Amino acid sequence: MACNSSGCESGCYDREKENGRKIEESAVADGVKESVCVKCKCNEPMTFGDGGSDDGRFCAECFRNNVFGKFRLAVTSHAMITPSDNVLVAFSGGSSSRVALQFVHELQIKALKNYEASRDRSLPVFGVGVAFVDESAAYPALSTEMVDAVSWIRSTVTDLSPPAKDLHVVPIESVFGSDSIEARDRLVKLLDSVSDETGKEDLVLHLKMLSLQKVASENGYTRLVVGSCTSRLASHVLTATVKGRGYSLSADIQHVDARWKVPIVLPLRDCIWQEITRLCHLDGFDSLKTLELARHPQSGINDLVSSFVALLQEENPSRECTIVRTAAKLTPFYFNKIPETDDACVPLATQRRLKKFNLKYDGSMTTEAFCAICNGPINGSDSSDLNTFEERGESDALYAACCSSCRFQILPQDRSSLEQFGSSLPHHMTSQVNHHHKVNSQAYLREKIKDCLILDTEEAI
Amino acid sequence: MEASEGKSKKPGASRLCCLCNQRRPVLKRPKTLQQICRECFYEVFEEEIHQVIVGNRLFKSGERVAIGASGGKDSTVLAYVLSELNRRHNYGLDLFLLSIDEGITGYRDDSLETVKRNEVQYGLPLQILSYKDLYGWTMDEIVKMIGLKNNCTFCGVFRRQALDRGAALLKVDKLVTGHNADDIAETVLLNILRGDIARLSRCTSITTGEDGPIPRCKPFKYTYEKEIVIYPSLLKLNFDTLTYDIRMLISRSWTTSPPNVSIYSPNAYRGFAREFIKDLERLRPRAILDIIKSGEDFRIATTTKMPEQGTCERCGYISSQKWCKACVLLEGLNRGLPKMGIGRARGGVNGDHKKETKKPPASAAKSLESKQCGSLDF
Ligand SMILES: [Zn+2]
Ligand SMILES: [Zn+2]
Ligand SMILES: [Zn+2]
Ligand SMILES: [Zn+2]
Repeated sequence: MACNSSGCESGCYDREKENGRKIEESAVADGVKESVCVKCKCNEPMTFGDGGSDDGRFCAECFRNNVFGKFRLAVTSHAMITPSDNVLVAFSGGSSSRVALQFVHELQIKALKNYEASRDRSLPVFGVGVAFVDESAAYPALSTEMVDAVSWIRSTVTDLSPPAKDLHVVPIESVFGSDSIEARDRLVKLLDSVSDETGKEDLVLHLKMLSLQKVASENGYTRLVVGSCTSRLASHVLTATVKGRGYSLSADIQHVDARWKVPIVLPLRDCIWQEITRLCHLDGFDSLKTLELARHPQSGINDLVSSFVALLQEENPSRECTIVRTAAKLTPFYFNKIPETDDACVPLATQRRLKKFNLKYDGSMTTEAFCAICNGPINGSDSSDLNTFEERGESDALYAACCSSCRFQILPQDRSSLEQFGSSLPHHMTSQVNHHHKVNSQAYLREKIKDCLILDTEEAI
Repeated sequence: MEASEGKSKKPGASRLCCLCNQRRPVLKRPKTLQQICRECFYEVFEEEIHQVIVGNRLFKSGERVAIGASGGKDSTVLAYVLSELNRRHNYGLDLFLLSIDEGITGYRDDSLETVKRNEVQYGLPLQILSYKDLYGWTMDEIVKMIGLKNNCTFCGVFRRQALDRGAALLKVDKLVTGHNADDIAETVLLNILRGDIARLSRCTSITTGEDGPIPRCKPFKYTYEKEIVIYPSLLKLNFDTLTYDIRMLISRSWTTSPPNVSIYSPNAYRGFAREFIKDLERLRPRAILDIIKSGEDFRIATTTKMPEQGTCERCGYISSQKWCKACVLLEGLNRGLPKMGIGRARGGVNGDHKKETKKPPASAAKSLESKQCGSLDF
């Protein structure tokens, strides 16, 4: 389960030390079944019976502390949540986001206790809200489950101990405007014009992110917590690779993704799925399984990758960890950290820790162009052939503003459908098209006159 | 996809080839799923490879180029296509097939006739070098010395270097291999799965080892395996004989144990990866090209791109140690200590060397482990 690398920042390192100790012990007590937790050495260890390599080694408390420890390390070392923040947790009803919600909640209680204990009460306590995206307009099969699902979500959120949290139930079609019937129509029309099943699935995911961003920024949130765990990200690494999204991949799998108006943080990035399910089991958390099942057709690239990753994980329990670790070695983008302007409210200790975990950022490309549909950074070599692209209409501009992957699997191939598609897109995406056009022509100009420019670095020499 | 605008999409338009619109289609092209005729298939197949060669400036006129011929379909089709393109487009290359015989000595007398026939039929000379030529030992002799159990170590190491050594021996300028798009896509995935960022950055390069003595290149980088299988089967030439001749030579020479890759007992995930790519291709043919594109586009810092690599003091082959693995193994054989350099056994040249440089002792063995079975190694 632990990644076999000392450089792993996920906290597996601590676990490995424990495992090492454990080996020494079991050499002494060979054959005798463990009766105490290898960490605290007093409680009875938990047996989950899930075939995990460290099953039956830790007591419930130590196991929980270990997972929470990874979460907290991720939060503090990347300045994900600061006292002045207002945090929105994206809650899908699945196990990962349930754990994310729980941990953020616990962090908030701790902060509140500290606040009440402190004399000057100088540090405020961060706020927490919860958002649930209702996708039934995109997946009509969900409609029947949705009423129950929403009330389940509502009771889960209200059942949390105080401080109370706002719950935002966001219909996915809300990105198309406030008139719900018209918005629904546009969504259906848009999805209908995408012929590739995987493309459609991905488009829904992009729209879902847009609706989360919309509700976050409209309600004054400063962070969006997404509960993606290592296993989920491992699948993402491979789906991105097989869709030809190698360039933008490194943007998606870091702890922080601040390319959005409200920065996204992934505090469970270093926890694997098995840990998540164990924790849900321990804490008695339910999840919305019916919703998860009804959401996806079992045929696309995404599902194929998921089953491939599951197979790999079965063969080697550290495989998911290795996959994410490989992708983490790719150079991140400048936006894969909390923006500098926020640094003032980041406590000093955190700043120091940030330095320790310093990633090599590519500072040279701060004028990155983003795909109008998936918001992925576009590789310069992909857009270079577009500069010669003679733009004759809006559909061409849209085509030019998309990454090669979205062009293939989402954009309709013939011109009239493409125009129709473009007119159904949510405003946010079409505004990206115009922005892209601007960035792109600037980049084009720069490229054209590059030889005549004296760059700063050259001057220094 | 972008090219398929308009004209190709008329449903049921009396079923003509969607490229020439004249002849009847005979196949669905695996790469694009276009329905095309036999003539157009040859044309796009060959033209794409020509464009890859020209676009990447793979060769210079007058170069002596060895085609690594394993007797498999990839290298055989490559040999045929390259010699065709060389003629058609006046590349000006001195092309020949280079085959490595890993087994018994004395095969040459038997095969002389075959070699001549190849020269006549395809205008391509075939050069066969034996392990005896390259290393002074045949695989049979090695097996006799060390037993069957350890010979994987030898054949893995020796095979990996064989083409390079052979190419050096024959003073070639470039070595081309028949690795196809499926192979490269698989390697990209495997490098992700095992966390090998350095290889991940290199494995999609169409030419490797440009700073070394003999650059290697892969003209089939974007060519689908399925199309490589289709190509000769549609060709009127009795094309199989060439494959057959080379294969016969190689298989005959293996009296003791066959040079089968499966003897390496591969990790299970390797097999999964190949299957996965096949499944992907069924779902979306373009996925193979997309994986290669991802491999090319990954943002990898230039510092990780070039890991420190020295050369062997003895033979000049790339090695992180004083002596390369093959030279260590050879030294053991020649000194009558065949276990030297196998697994984690210490001592010997690099063992002493390690004390001076503080390199981890198992590093040679480890890099071997991660390399062997590599689909990009011959
Ligand atoms: Zn314990
Ligand atoms: Zn895109
Ligand atoms: Zn035709
Ligand atoms: Zn050597």
